Amino acid sequence: MADPLVGRFQFLSEDDTRRFAEALAPSLRAGDLILLSGGLGAGKSFFARALIQKRLRSSGLAEDVPSPTFTLVQTYDDGAAEIWHCDLYRLGDASEIAELGLDDAFETAICLVEWPDRLDEDVQAGALRLEFGTTGRPNERLVTARSSDPRWKRLLRDLQADLTHE
Amino acid sequence: MTAPLTILGLESSCDDTAAAVVRHAEGAAPGILSNVVWGQTDLHAAFGGVVPEIAARAHTEKLDYCIEQALAEAHLSLRDIDAIAVTAGPGLIGGVLAGVMCAKGLAAATGKPLIGVNHLAGHALTPRLTDGLSFPYLMLLVSGGHCQFLTVHAPDRFTRLGGTIDDSPGEAFDKIAKLLGLPQPGGPAVEVQAKSGDSGRFALPRPLLDRPGCDLSFSGLKTAVLRTRDDLVSEKGGMTKQDRADLCASFQTAVADVLAEKSRRALASLSAEPLTAFAVAGGVAANQTIRYALRDVADEANIRFIAPPLELCTDNAAMIAWAGIERFRLGLTDDLTLAARPRWPLDEASAPMLGHGKRGAKA
Repeated sequence: MADPLVGRFQFLSEDDTRRFAEALAPSLRAGDLILLSGGLGAGKSFFARALIQKRLRSSGLAEDVPSPTFTLVQTYDDGAAEIWHCDLYRLGDASEIAELGLDDAFETAICLVEWPDRLDEDVQAGALRLEFGTTGRPNERLVTARSSDPRWKRLLRDLQADLTHE
Repeated sequence: MTAPLTILGLESSCDDTAAAVVRHAEGAAPGILSNVVWGQTDLHAAFGGVVPEIAARAHTEKLDYCIEQALAEAHLSLRDIDAIAVTAGPGLIGGVLAGVMCAKGLAAATGKPLIGVNHLAGHALTPRLTDGLSFPYLMLLVSGGHCQFLTVHAPDRFTRLGGTIDDSPGEAFDKIAKLLGLPQPGGPAVEVQAKSGDSGRFALPRPLLDRPGCDLSFSGLKTAVLRTRDDLVSEKGGMTKQDRADLCASFQTAVADVLAEKSRRALASLSAEPLTAFAVAGGVAANQTIRYALRDVADEANIRFIAPPLELCTDNAAMIAWAGIERFRLGLTDDLTLAARPRWPLDEASAPMLGHGKRGAKA
């Protein structure tokens, strides 16, 4: 069964998507798992890059955030937490999750995972699922947020209020 | 004259596993005695894209085979090798670890020196292996995993002028192929389609040309192709073969235009330096439209253009052995504490590339 809906967002531009990612960034902590789904070009990497760069910048750091497609995992450390940016698109099978060290990272780091359908169900429990959808308009995105963890619902409600009052 | 150096190189940082033996005597042209690559490009998953070998164990098994083969083809045994060079990063963690562990094992067992090589340095130094190029030169490294402009000053000194802030061009080709229902790897598939296409039919963006500097972006181009495809499908219920060929041609030309213009800027910014050449490396340099566009830029700037042969342009171990020879000559060897570095920028002093998520705040 699908997780309960915890938020719905409409972004009219890349700037909107970035503002959302940047607003969410400071609330994250080690052990948080965000699953990013949606087709090629839906904006998953754009969102992840904006979020990671916001956290690094808040700690006075600057680093490249290249696409993780070829290496599957790119890791960052903002001083407060490790951030793992993963792209499981090229993963052969689920047993390789452990080889990548991902099962440990889910406990100890902030993990942003693209193409998360390769993950076991029990790993996904409590995660924030963001589903990116495109519309007829070029940079418009509809994002549906789901989670079984009520923390995300509170967090996204506050965040939505902040974004609309800006 | 000094005695020739013979170095075994190991490379397992990406999708391929490779071993090679290169020999060089100062004053003579280097010789590639063997160059073995165990490729992954035949193993394509149903969902598109090359499935990388993640398990370190599997890399280790392939490395053993590649080393045996490389020594056999060179008609040498480990005793004849002067040192062992290995890619210590950047790349896939399992592969890099396997390579470094294997090289350490060989070094410990034989008592030969160990040399950790940056994979990007391997690519960047290849024109010296193939063409005996002198420093300094401009290098455009453009592959599935990387895209950057480097000034190569010395075997251990590089300046990064710019690079992609998101996807690499190789990745963009793979993803475009996937979007258009073409087989993987996407580079050759898109190039074949583009041959019968009209590159002027679709107006695709030329990302970041409006901004100064040598940084590049390819993610937005991918999104633009996706949008064009969807528009075609909703207009007439599908795409014809000609539509697809035209879209491939338009995309390929956009990539070539962007790479050419940024190369022009990179060369212009270095006009005060005594550059010996403009060299390219990486699998994307195999694309003819891109290669010709880059050669034209070099011609305009009246500078020599070098593109090593394909088997030395793509990932291989001969470049690692060669980089090992260069480092060894400078006295740069490692001990058994050599660490695998999945992230290892070649030029750690240069400012990182700023993505879309970062505006202004970076000093």
